[in-house]
Formats: sequence, C-alpha cells, structure tokens
Amino acid sequence: MAAVGDRVNTLANGSLKVRVERKIFPASGTREAQPVLKNIAIDIEPRSFVVITGPSGCGKSTLLNIIAGLDSDFEGDVQLGGAETRMGYIFQSPRLLPWRTVGENIALALPDGDPRHGRIDEMLRQVGLEGFASQYPERLSLGMQRRAALARGFITEPDILLMDEPFVSLDDPTAQSLRELLIGLWNRRPTTVIFITHDRQEAVMLGTRILRMSGANATIVQDETVRLSPSERTDRDKVLAEQRRIFRET
Amino acid sequence: MQRLNPATLSGTAQPWWLRVAWGVGSIIGFLVFWEVMALLIQHRHLPTPTAVFAAMAREFESGQLMFHIGMTLYRVAVAFVLAMLIGSAIGIVMGRNGRIDQFFDTWLILFLNLPALVVIILCYVWFGRTEVAAIIAVAVNKIPNVAVTVREGARSLSRDLAEMAHMYRFGWWKTLRHVTLPQLAPYFMASARTGLSLVWKIVLVVELLGRSDGVGFQLGTYFQMFDVSMILAYALAFIIVVQIIEFGILQPIAARVNRWRR
Repeated sequence: MAAVGDRVNTLANGSLKVRVERKIFPASGTREAQPVLKNIAIDIEPRSFVVITGPSGCGKSTLLNIIAGLDSDFEGDVQLGGAETRMGYIFQSPRLLPWRTVGENIALALPDGDPRHGRIDEMLRQVGLEGFASQYPERLSLGMQRRAALARGFITEPDILLMDEPFVSLDDPTAQSLRELLIGLWNRRPTTVIFITHDRQEAVMLGTRILRMSGANATIVQDETVRLSPSERTDRDKVLAEQRRIFRET
Repeated sequence: MQRLNPATLSGTAQPWWLRVAWGVGSIIGFLVFWEVMALLIQHRHLPTPTAVFAAMAREFESGQLMFHIGMTLYRVAVAFVLAMLIGSAIGIVMGRNGRIDQFFDTWLILFLNLPALVVIILCYVWFGRTEVAAIIAVAVNKIPNVAVTVREGARSLSRDLAEMAHMYRFGWWKTLRHVTLPQLAPYFMASARTGLSLVWKIVLVVELLGRSDGVGFQLGTYFQMFDVSMILAYALAFIIVVQIIEFGILQPIAARVNRWRR
C-alpha cells in the first residue's frame, strides 16, 4: 500500500512529488497481471501547467487517479506540498449531478457557508453560462456541461487542479474556445494544473511543461519545457512550430 | 443517466381535458354496463350500482364507513412506512456488500415466496391477536419486495459520481443527500407504488382474521350476512381512497423527483 497525501512541509504549497515504482492491474480472466506504470518520478513546481500526453491506454488516467488519491493500490508515494492542499478534478465526462441545477452543482463543491457562494454567478459569467444557473445539466449541450464542470473546478480555488481530457469529443471550435477559456482562467488565477490529453497541439498550446508517456514502457519517456509566451499560445504557427520541435515531427 | 419515462411517452399528443373525458366516459360506461346486467339478471346477490351507492351513503351517514376506512388507513400507513424503512435499509446493505448479499440472498427468496396468509397466521399465533401482530404481519409481507427493488438501485450506484463527491469533499451527509438518495429515488418510487396496493390488500386479510374494526373486519361481517351491496360499498369506497392517495400524493412526488429529466 502507498502513502497518498502525506503532508511534507518542506514542499511549497501547490507543489508535488510523485513516485510510482510499480502499478499493476490484477489478472482477470485469461489476461495476466501486467504493469501499467513503473519507475515514474515527477516533481512539479507550484503554478506550473503540466501536460501528460501519450497514446490511449498508456496509463495516463491511472496516474492521475493515483495523484488524486482515488487509487491507492500501487507501490510508491505521492507527497503534496503545504499544510492543507485542496485538489480539484475535472473528469473526462462532466460528472455533474443530473438532478441538481448547474448552480447547485457548483455550489455543492463549496463548503456550506463559504463566502465564495456569492461568486457563483460571476464564475458562470466567466465560463459563458450566464443565466443558466437554474437549468438542469441534461438540458444543456455537452460543451455547456463541460463549461459547468470547469466552473465547478475553478470556484473552489484548488491548489492543484487535475484535468483528464476535459475537452475530448467536442467539435473543434467548441474545444478551441474552451481551451482559450481555460488559459484565461488560469492566467487570472495561476494554480498547479496536471492536464491529460492525447492531442499534441492541445498539449503545446496549454502546457508549460510536457511529459510524454509510452504504452510499451509504461513510464515517462520525455520531459520537455514549452518555450512559448502567453501571447504566442494563440498563434497557430508558433504552436505548430513548437509542436514539431517537441514531438520531433517532420 | 438517461431513462425513458413512460409517462412522457404516452398520451402527450392529447390535451389533458380529452384524457380526463376518456377516463370519465370509461367509468360511466362501466357503471351503465353493470346497471343493465344487474337489471337483466335480477338476483339479490348482484345489486345494481344505484343500490351500492345508496348503501355507501347510509354507511357514511352513520359514521361507520369513515371510522373503518380510517382504521384501515392507519394500519396501511404504519405498515407501509415500516416496510419502506426496513426494506430500504436491507436493500442498501445487500446492494453495497457482496458477502452479505451472497449470504442473505437465500433468506430473501424464502421470504419473497412465503404466502402472505402463512405470515399472518404465524404472527397471530406467536404474538396474539394484537394490533402489533397485525402490523408486523403486513410489514413482513412487504419488506422483501422493497429490499429486492432497492438492492437493484444500490448495486447500480455510480462510481463516477462517488469519486466526484470524494474529490470535492462532499462529506457523508452531502453525499447521501445529493448523490446517493437521488440515484435511489426511482427505486423507492417503484417500491412505494407497488407497495401501497399490496399493503392495503394484505391489511384487509389481517383485519378479517384477527381485528374487530377496519374495512376487512366489516367485509367479514357483511359476508356472514351475505350483504353484497355493503361489501361492494366498502370495496368501492376504499378504491376511491387509494386512487386519491395515488393521484394526490404519489404522482406529485414522482413528478417532483423526475423534474430534472429531459
């Protein structure tokens, strides 16, 4: 068993140290037990935007669940900086409560009596959902549900925000506008983000650091800093050039 | 998380007054059919609806009708609430815990198949012909049905939403109220609706066999006198009461529980 969330005060708030010696999926049926992750060591600085990328099935989501503390069945440990680390998780599907309105879904992420309840309308305006607070999620499009999930992730002002392919299966313009929205929210309140995607362009556009995973080795094979200024991130050509450099595309 | 709601699938094309007109017309048609048959057959064991409603009015004026219906309703209410609470608790525990489920599954099948009459007789034999014995007998008949239905709901609780609640630090109370119970609500509603009709039928048998008031007791008394008018009067009066509960209480609750569905 592994220790998750040990409070180590030598680490700064919002930073984290992840060590996964081995993570095995147990054998099931005819399939033998196989390692999904091994020899992983990541140190993450506060307020960095780390993108983990790699082919599907390479263990990205498993790694994120280990960091989140949802999966404690692995060899290794995860250390969070600061005395009280608050984590937010934006999942691959929006995971809103369908029987609660958009406004209630966001409010539920906050403790009762928290002063930030007064900021829900402002948050909804920032994600472009002004006037939708009393709507039920299933009456909204997937893109709008994702906006609501973003609002829920940001309202709690987490020290660490985990995002698992939050813009997958959206049409291109919608995904692009949500990426720009995320950049805007992050610039306004920089926080440590660990973002998973298999979309290389998305990785370069959003990340300050990119970790590439490979399915065959079940580990991180490349660790790259993205050399783009905030203004260059909306420039398609600059993003493409950086993408070619990092992924050695020709 | 999408389920089809039969209520929204059928009859949406018709305006509400047309549906009501069909319902009322159907009832009037049945009463006319009954009246004609009774007049044709001319037998004292098949009274006309007019005679039945006259008997109902007499019994209502004497206060007997409301007293006995009240006693029956009280027993229905207590047994129903007990069965829902205990049955739900058993269902949730069995649905969440595989070992307990495996062990007690056979017990559940046993109780599901135990005839209602056997439970009633045993309760009266063991606890005497008391109010408590009567209510236990009814509740025990209903508990396994509730448990089986709610167990299905507890088995299908979403892991995704549980993880979300954990990450956003809902705590046990917020998780129960906003995540778990809303997922179980359709199963509670299903067992409540089938439960009400089952419970009131069993209450009548319990009253017939061991109580000295209630609709079941009155039916037994009029059976001994072969007073079919009065038997039908009580039966009809009780059907009306149950329909009022269905339309006045259960359907509005169902509509409220389902208001978020597309």
